[in-house]
Amino acid sequence: MLRRHFLAIAATFLFISAGVSALAQDKSIVVASTTSTQDSGLFEHILPLFKEKTGIEVKVVAQGTGQALDTGRRGDADVVFVHAKAQEEEFVEEGYGVKRFDVMYNDFVLVGPKEDPAGVAGTDDIAAAFQAIRDKQTPFVSRGDKSGTHSAELRLWKEAGIDISADKGPWYREIGQGMGAALNTASSMNGYVLSDRGTWLSFKNRGDLEIVVEGDKRLFNQYGVILVNPEKHPSVKAELGQAFIDWLVSPEGQEAIAAYKVDGQQLFFPNAGQDPS
Amino acid sequence: MNAWQLIASGDATLFAIVRLSLMVSLSAVAIAAVIGLPLGALLALTRFPGRAALIVLLNGFMGLPPVVVGLSVYLLLSRSGPLGGWGLLFTPLAMVIAQSLLVLPIIAALTRQTIEDLWSEYRDELTAVGVGPWGRVATLLWDGRFSLTTALLAGFGRAAAEVGTVMIVGGNIDGFTRTMTTAIALETSKGNLPLALGLGIILIGLILAVNAAAWGVRAWSEQRTG
Repeated sequence: MLRRHFLAIAATFLFISAGVSALAQDKSIVVASTTSTQDSGLFEHILPLFKEKTGIEVKVVAQGTGQALDTGRRGDADVVFVHAKAQEEEFVEEGYGVKRFDVMYNDFVLVGPKEDPAGVAGTDDIAAAFQAIRDKQTPFVSRGDKSGTHSAELRLWKEAGIDISADKGPWYREIGQGMGAALNTASSMNGYVLSDRGTWLSFKNRGDLEIVVEGDKRLFNQYGVILVNPEKHPSVKAELGQAFIDWLVSPEGQEAIAAYKVDGQQLFFPNAGQDPS
Repeated sequence: MNAWQLIASGDATLFAIVRLSLMVSLSAVAIAAVIGLPLGALLALTRFPGRAALIVLLNGFMGLPPVVVGLSVYLLLSRSGPLGGWGLLFTPLAMVIAQSLLVLPIIAALTRQTIEDLWSEYRDELTAVGVGPWGRVATLLWDGRFSLTTALLAGFGRAAAEVGTVMIVGGNIDGFTRTMTTAIALETSKGNLPLALGLGIILIGLILAVNAAAWGVRAWSEQRTG
């Protein structure tokens, strides 16, 4: 009995010391990012290139933009890499972030069933499409998770002249989950959903869904990267984090982003250093 | 790529994920056992005011929601939390801590029941020989070891199958804190349902294998000790 306990305790300590020594020796940073960058497979493409060049391992925690910024505020990430400019600027203004850099963009697309019950396919006026969905009360899946895509969706309702918090009915379904989960839900209920193009292109379980509206300027989707302020959280690995940011906005990092393709289609368009607005 | 191709190709990523899953869950069960077995036995053998309430609490905690445990451990280990200085959030060790808390009530509660049943059998004998309380705990845990395997396996099953705590405190980081269950959740969200289901079948196979191994050890030692 005692011997068995002793063995169990010894095994536990072995594991703990292994874990601690793994922590002590690593040259790694934690990046809080969004489900769209992970679900689209971008990180699996660019991170090995960055590691090869610098030896720095990037650990990505994929959350919605709101949650990722919150993770940064708590000091649990070294870098945040997200897509909701207004929230990002607020993050920097509050002193949690050092400086915001544009990295790349793609666009949002409105995805919906092939039969198109709201009759919006082919238009390039996203506001008109949102009005039609509301008028016909066709099922619409909202992320409802304070993510970058969710903020964009809320902005688009506003631009369509609709107060969605007052107007929503049973047709408007807030699921509070990531992009992939929202697409799965829309696919199973044949509803409309706003998605970033990258996640849509790499999404496999499409069912009867297809892109119904694209190309409106208001569907622009800018990604930014910010170092968490080491003055707020001394535990932030500022040097390694900044190295990652510098690489992302360097010609080499920008090329790596542009080179990522799914089925021959480019998912993200690098635009560091250019003012997109 | 589907799950069978992954297994057939001896995929290194899959192997690492399986290894991490087993390591985290087994460590959590080991820690919970070190605390839970004696705790459960003591609770079975002692009488004190509030004991009934404590047993109800322990039994109830067998159903602790993993998400709540995950969130509590997250807030404790976050850099802004009381134990933030340890820098453990988003590491395998954080996952072990959270799962230990999840598994502890299961092992302690099932041990309590097992030992209490055993005690009614052994009471006269042990009282007659004059064995002290710690001796009783030791004797009963040893003699009940075969039944107690079930308590440990129930704890392992819970740890290996849950996704809520490891997702929150581990962060599902590729190659670092990604376990079988969080990988399944990720593939599902990518719409890669066949791969997600395939990984699920592998996970069930793993849990069965651990149970079969436990059964084998038990049969072997039962035979040896007669």
